[in-house]
Amino acid sequence: MGLLPVVAGVTAGARRRRVWAVQIGFLLLAVLAVLCAPLVGPTAISLRQVFDPTIAFADNVDAQIFFIARLPRTLAGALVGGALAAAGVVLQALLRNPLATPFTLGVSAGASLGAMLVITFGLPLTLAGIPAVPLASFVGALAAVGVVYGLATMRRQGLSTNVLLLAGVTLNSLFSAIILFVQYLADFTQSFQAIRWVMGNLDVSSYQPLLWALPMLLVAAGAFAGLPRALNLLTLGTDSAAARGIDVLRTQRLAFVSASLATGAAVALGGPIGFIGIIVPHLVRLLIGADHRFVLPASACLGATFLVVCDTAARTLLSPMELPVGVITAMLGGPFFLWLLVTRGGGPR
Amino acid sequence: MLRAKAVSFAYDEGTVLDGVSVAASEGGLVGVLGPNGSGKTTLLKLLAGLLTPARGEVTLDGRRLDTFARGALARRLAVVPQETELVFDYTVLDVTLMGRYPHLRPFELEGPNDLDIARRALDATGTAHLEARPFRALSGGERQRVAIASALAQFDTGISNLGRVLLLDEPTASLDLAAQLETMALIARLSEEQRTTVVLCTHDLNLAARLCDQLVLLRKGTVAAAGRTDQVLTRDTIAAVYNVDADVHRHEATDQLTVLPLRRKESP
Repeated sequence: MGLLPVVAGVTAGARRRRVWAVQIGFLLLAVLAVLCAPLVGPTAISLRQVFDPTIAFADNVDAQIFFIARLPRTLAGALVGGALAAAGVVLQALLRNPLATPFTLGVSAGASLGAMLVITFGLPLTLAGIPAVPLASFVGALAAVGVVYGLATMRRQGLSTNVLLLAGVTLNSLFSAIILFVQYLADFTQSFQAIRWVMGNLDVSSYQPLLWALPMLLVAAGAFAGLPRALNLLTLGTDSAAARGIDVLRTQRLAFVSASLATGAAVALGGPIGFIGIIVPHLVRLLIGADHRFVLPASACLGATFLVVCDTAARTLLSPMELPVGVITAMLGGPFFLWLLVTRGGGPR
Repeated sequence: MLRAKAVSFAYDEGTVLDGVSVAASEGGLVGVLGPNGSGKTTLLKLLAGLLTPARGEVTLDGRRLDTFARGALARRLAVVPQETELVFDYTVLDVTLMGRYPHLRPFELEGPNDLDIARRALDATGTAHLEARPFRALSGGERQRVAIASALAQFDTGISNLGRVLLLDEPTASLDLAAQLETMALIARLSEEQRTTVVLCTHDLNLAARLCDQLVLLRKGTVAAAGRTDQVLTRDTIAAVYNVDADVHRHEATDQLTVLPLRRKESP
């Protein structure tokens, strides 16, 4: 099944080799995207010149453009894309719902509200050296998932994924209403600024924002690494997973918290960029099957690649004007998602 | 070997089981019967260690289930749910290999040995030819047999067959007639040839009569009758538990106990 069948009447050795080949392929794709994207822009530069050791960095204009002007933004795209795609995989397995996205549980609305409040009420631009908008959006994201998690664990022992899903969707609407209210109070400039933020934008011009997001993303990545096998079993149902020796509640908590952390950090870095968390995991599953041990890392790599490519398009298509990258991903993602919904949304029947 | 001693359990909504005892000896095939809401599934979950009894205890070879490490218990005792619904397109082999997870170290991929065991389990359930098919594309009967294969793959190969326990929840409830017969034959084969200990809960009295040597009949969370199949399945117990007049006789062709519900009894 799929273009690169990971499993089909093969020996264990062949199966393992194929798995590695596929993973390395996805990784190379991401590396290639990160290396090539900074070459594209108003000023043409050459990769050979960038890495030419005979020219000092101070004299190497190409290297300066590559490393200072363009690479931070490319890396931000890779981190955000990878984090959102991986979080999408984890949440889809946790909720046993292939249509879940990293924003299903209220993260994006919480983050938007946080950003909106700071923009509208003109709170200080930085707090302890960290710009207030990303910080507020990160806090808003975590506050939203905290509320959702609290609701899902309130009624009975364990975690109700039904409540998780419904509370997330409800909170998304509620927050959206509050956002509209705040926006009503805002003046024209603030509204404009807020709308631009909500569209998603990777306007990162230094390495500093990456360094703030990195610790959170690393913690999430560490948690993700231990999850895939348990996620496979969770998709069989909680009882089946428990009967195969999985600590279900611990797995659910870990999955939920790490996916929220990754999403919160990604949104703080690039705004709520939609559709990556759903199209990339689905595309990967179409290509290599459903096993989360392979889908999770491959999705992170493909998510990184996808967003880097989209962002390159966003800043060059109508150059010198710059499109918000969220518009590009949504314009690609929307039709693709509808196609998925119609052709395989409910699964084969 | 697998024994529940006077177990009680309550959900928030109220008591579901009250002082129920069941014992499955090695290689035995025990059926748990009872009307809707009598606590069958809860009893099965207690026996599987998925729930912990509020009172009483469940033991495997005399040892309480909650003293086993999760993985160690999973290598001896496997559960087949009523239905296995997947939301993603795993292949049949993927699903069967999930039975091997309790045997793998963190980050370890299945080796040749695991693949062997999974394929033998598929063989044993007559589903080897489906290996590369998406699980979701299978019929209900095929899914049930693959789910059983995945459960079989879970067992330690080191221990004798006698040490294995298979718990099945309504194994035939959502299957058509042919698939019901297939599944029944498979369970009988596992019990007779492999001497796997089996506990199943079911609504189907005729299935229970045909397969099981011991029955436990539950009524509102307590044991209404327990013992050999022909002692439990009588007109009187069925009348008492189901409030139904039934004809119970041996079928001429199969020489099996057959239950034919006749009419609802007037409420006393």
